[in-house]
Amino acid sequence: MTLLEQFQDWLGGISPDWAAYVIAGVVGIVVILGFVLTLVIVFIWYERRLLGRFQIRLGPNRLGPEGIFQPIATAVKILLKEDIIPERADKFVHWLAPIVVFTPVLMVFAVVPLDKGAVLADLNVGVLYIVAISSVSAVGIYMAGWGSNNKYALIAAMRTVAQIVSYELPVVLSILGVVLMAGSLSLTKIVDAQNLPFIVMQPLGFLIFFLGALAEMNRCPFDLLEADSEIVAGYHTEYSGMKFAMFYLGEYGHALAYACIVTVLFLGGWRGPVLPPFLWFVVKIVAIFSLIVWLRATLPRLRVDQLMAFAWKGLFPMAMVNLLVVAIEVLWLVELLPWVVVVVNITLAGILILAWSRLFVLGKGRVEV
Amino acid sequence: MALKTEPFILNVGPQHPSTHGVFRMRVTLDGEVVVDVEPVIGYLHRGIEKLAESRTYTQVIPLTDRLDYLASMTNNFGYVLAVEKLAGIKVPERAEHLRVIMAELMRISSHLMAVGFFLNDLGAMMTPVLYMWREREKIMDLFEMVCGQRLTYNYMRVGGVSHDIPEEFLPALERFVGEMPRFIDEYEQLLSQNEILLARTKGVGVLPRAMAINIAASGPVLRASGVKWDIRKADPYSIYERFDFEVPVGMVGDCYDRYWVRIQEMRQSVRIIEQAMKRLPRGEICIKLPKPFRLPNGEVYGHIEAPKGELGFYLVSDNSIAPYRFHVRPPTLINLTALRDMVVGWKIADLIVIFGSIDVCLGEIDR
Repeated sequence: MTLLEQFQDWLGGISPDWAAYVIAGVVGIVVILGFVLTLVIVFIWYERRLLGRFQIRLGPNRLGPEGIFQPIATAVKILLKEDIIPERADKFVHWLAPIVVFTPVLMVFAVVPLDKGAVLADLNVGVLYIVAISSVSAVGIYMAGWGSNNKYALIAAMRTVAQIVSYELPVVLSILGVVLMAGSLSLTKIVDAQNLPFIVMQPLGFLIFFLGALAEMNRCPFDLLEADSEIVAGYHTEYSGMKFAMFYLGEYGHALAYACIVTVLFLGGWRGPVLPPFLWFVVKIVAIFSLIVWLRATLPRLRVDQLMAFAWKGLFPMAMVNLLVVAIEVLWLVELLPWVVVVVNITLAGILILAWSRLFVLGKGRVEV
Repeated sequence: MALKTEPFILNVGPQHPSTHGVFRMRVTLDGEVVVDVEPVIGYLHRGIEKLAESRTYTQVIPLTDRLDYLASMTNNFGYVLAVEKLAGIKVPERAEHLRVIMAELMRISSHLMAVGFFLNDLGAMMTPVLYMWREREKIMDLFEMVCGQRLTYNYMRVGGVSHDIPEEFLPALERFVGEMPRFIDEYEQLLSQNEILLARTKGVGVLPRAMAINIAASGPVLRASGVKWDIRKADPYSIYERFDFEVPVGMVGDCYDRYWVRIQEMRQSVRIIEQAMKRLPRGEICIKLPKPFRLPNGEVYGHIEAPKGELGFYLVSDNSIAPYRFHVRPPTLINLTALRDMVVGWKIADLIVIFGSIDVCLGEIDR
């Protein structure tokens, strides 16, 4: 029984059932939104500071202690900006796109358990819900690119479709490994099943999910959708003001959602020794987010054909192998000898990655014209 | 039924994050593939060649600063060499050594920028640039010590240099020369074996040896294509024949080789500075010029190995106090002529990378 359901029961004792249902729902949504938006603001600050450290500079440090109020200043600045719609844009699509990108990101948090029972809706198909909802953002990005009537944005839109659809497959296949092992699609049950975190049980699955999800939320080195050195700002080239802020928040919200999902699926969610569970959860998502920022500060970007080759020739076959091996292990081994599974899977991951790094051949890249 | 398609024409620049100034490319795309590129230049034209005709020979020096503004010292150097060649002036030893030190520092600085922004074009968000700037900053400080300027130095004079070095210069230079090889190792460790960098640059934008020679390419672009041609060795000017250094040469002529050649050239420049620093003699830094200073009738072409290639100055003198005709051979304009042949068939992302690997500076292309 989740905390929210207990709250609803208590309300049901002092008010009619429908009122209890509505009030509990609204309170839950407000709490989740408050949590998400606050964390997003903190993450924006954190990324800028950390990126500064990686780049031997300080990062924003003027506003408040350690520059903690810088994101607020940025938000105010963005809100005050003129909202420009290009003259020949498809106005309705242009207006709708930021909403379509931003809303699914928030909706993902509905099923993420932040603590035992601290979840808005403990869906028994939680994983399916997340996969379905987070793909909707791709449509929004495509709309933004198409509706802007800008050639850079259009190129980015074309890349979106190719990139997000391709990386969906390895991501889903790697999640399936987790689902097989946990025996449930509910995120709470998946966390409960992780006596050993799944990152140890399925290191290969974790890597595939990590890389695939990086590509899905267009983070470096797969940030082709907004490759600033090539296509200016990608799909949001023509956006300003609040609409741009929606994309910006959406991007960080996506990163946060993704850090939460990795934590739940592979790092054992809120479980951990000594610290209180909620703190464990926050520590884990901050660690994942730091890893993302680190990659962003270090790596150059892949080219579009290399990106596709990496999805179809690299991650996809590996995800298939991973799924097969996990399925066989679930049949015979996991219950009896979890440590054997750990050893087998880590060895397998090592061998597969080594083999692929030797055998994986990229296309030449040049096309005769 | 075949669908009707039409070419997708994209204007890259003149305002674009990675055109390194106000360069414009009219790119015809087929999906992501570049079918045709038409470079459009002239957005930064200031008429420097014409301006020079109404200025005395000394007054032209600050104009040359504005050519390749990332390598002002070498621009000064090339120009004063051309004037001295026609006037037949012998420069004091100390000035020669100072010129070489400054020119090599400038080469390091320019290559740092080139490599840093090349990586930026590849998508390594700002980190390499900021690492390179850390060292470039020290070079800027050194230049500030000798001439008070950090970008446009106006340091060299016909017959010498404008200021002698202050006391604190040599210790600072020694420290810089001591540290620099370690930093270059650091860049190589961070970048040279990076899998994504290799995938993006190896074999990309190949400039074949024959074509490189045919278009009269020079500098790192030419040497990356496997031609051992460095004016410091091929036609030694100033006192370069006294120094011991090597000319790094690439194998294939792709973007990676151009990157690699620049990194190696920085190492060689450090070697030259080390030697020049040890041998720096005492004495005059500039000879006295007759006033007003006139050049004899005639014409002259002086060229040097600037960081970006062969920088040449062609002067015609009619025995007045100003040049009758002043022409610059900007290395990057000529290197840029190979752009179309290098990029056609590659993706738009490669277009940016190949363009970045040429290392252009619009200041000297448009003049």
